[in-house]
Amino acid sequence: MDLVEFLVKTVTIVAVFGLTLVIAMYSTWAERKVAGFIQDRSGPNRAGWGGLLQPLADAGKMFFKEDFIPALANKWLFIAGPSLAMLTALLASAVIPFGSTFRIAGHEVALQGVESNIGILYVFGVVALGVYGIMVGGWASNNKFSLLGAIRAASQNISYEVAMGLSLIAILMMSSSLSLGEIVAQQHGMNWNIFYQPLGFIIFITCSFAECNRVPFDLPECETELVGGYHTEYGSMKLGFYLFAEYINMFISSAIISVLYFGGYNYPGMDFVYEQLVKSFGPEVGHNIATLIGTAVFFGKALFFVFFYMWVRWTIPRFRYDQLMNLGWKKLIPLAIFNIIITGAAVLFLKPVITAWLN
Amino acid sequence: MNSAVSFFYFLSFLTILSAVMVVVSRNPIHSVLYLILTFFTLSGHYILLNAQFLAAVNIIVYAGAIMVLFLFVIMFLNMKQDQEEAKTNLTKIAATIVGGTVFVILFGAYRKTAIEPFNPQTYDSQIGMIESLGHMLFRDYLLPFELASILLLVAMVGAVLLGKREIGERHF
Repeated sequence: MDLVEFLVKTVTIVAVFGLTLVIAMYSTWAERKVAGFIQDRSGPNRAGWGGLLQPLADAGKMFFKEDFIPALANKWLFIAGPSLAMLTALLASAVIPFGSTFRIAGHEVALQGVESNIGILYVFGVVALGVYGIMVGGWASNNKFSLLGAIRAASQNISYEVAMGLSLIAILMMSSSLSLGEIVAQQHGMNWNIFYQPLGFIIFITCSFAECNRVPFDLPECETELVGGYHTEYGSMKLGFYLFAEYINMFISSAIISVLYFGGYNYPGMDFVYEQLVKSFGPEVGHNIATLIGTAVFFGKALFFVFFYMWVRWTIPRFRYDQLMNLGWKKLIPLAIFNIIITGAAVLFLKPVITAWLN
Repeated sequence: MNSAVSFFYFLSFLTILSAVMVVVSRNPIHSVLYLILTFFTLSGHYILLNAQFLAAVNIIVYAGAIMVLFLFVIMFLNMKQDQEEAKTNLTKIAATIVGGTVFVILFGAYRKTAIEPFNPQTYDSQIGMIESLGHMLFRDYLLPFELASILLLVAMVGAVLLGKREIGERHF
């Protein structure tokens, strides 16, 4: 890897890291604004124009609060909990393709941290690890409510991971690749997976709600039953990290959804725009501008799903715990297996017929 | 020493250190967390061997699912420091004998194993990649693969049968 490529990769990784943090920060603002809109009130509007400085004020408040560790808590694990939550939340963005390629001085560099041929498995592995932050923190607090929250989180994540993995398999059968870059590239030209996998998409998005511990599946922090759930004993920036990790997870899962089902950086009329840009700006600058437009489209899609998370949060009430488990094991898993069978049959029998008919 | 070799030694050191810590930790939660670290370092070894699929699956299955269940069960046990003395000498002696026997068996197996010399010219570095692994599994080892899946299916049916509540039985 030579210098230009290395620099572009570094800039991409740092930019993605920074953007993830900024988006997570402003998601907290957007969440309150959306809640305000849905509940017919104005939401935060004192700090800055439209409350835009509210996240900074919150961060300042969090940092300057007393950093308290309960006397009987396991000190190191109590600190490790929020750290693990942040770590696993930030890891997943490494393999997401944020745009096609960048052309600089004859080099073509993909706008992606790591192009790996096991991309989606990597994401799945990181998602599976996400529960450790909650479990370790909840146990280390030495509080029954925290422990119950941690245990709920663990069983919920494990249960919904199964259905999530099964819904992913249908996508993998269609694309016959595990690389996220390849999956996006195959969806070029309005060939989006959502048109082929509507059922898989519904299963996947339901499971990602459960994996992010968002309403209607936020049982681990259900305040009517568990005080604050796994973060009952947490305060100051450690609590802040837990909440922040949730918003990062939301953004990452939205990005994954738009990569897997909504074509990532592809948009209708892409080739036409690309041709016009290359014609007027030359092959290098035009290509880069087209890539940037694609990236903007990608972020637009991802942010729409972040909004969707908030929309659902302020619309749907929380599930009961047995309802959650019944939904996961008795409805979503059989549906996902059915989806796999249908997809397999379609790939084997329907696809050759349609291809022959079209030609 | 090139960077891959020094990285190998670093990873091996971490693996052995965390594996030893699993055994010597007094707190079972710490043991589980060290075991997770051991799985991560093992995945690092797989990546060094260019077996990315194996590395990812190792993380997903062991660190992501099985260890979560371990942690889950251990959290339910009310571990207190004073229960530490409950282990009798007999248990300790039996554990030492079993552990020592396993070590002797592993060491003997290692001594007997002939490591095939490999030729860097003909060696296929892509052998651990998911494509070649899939071809291998579904072409050369199709029958064992299907048998293993049937075994897993039987285990799943058994688990469902055990977990099923009988008619008229109420636990809460």
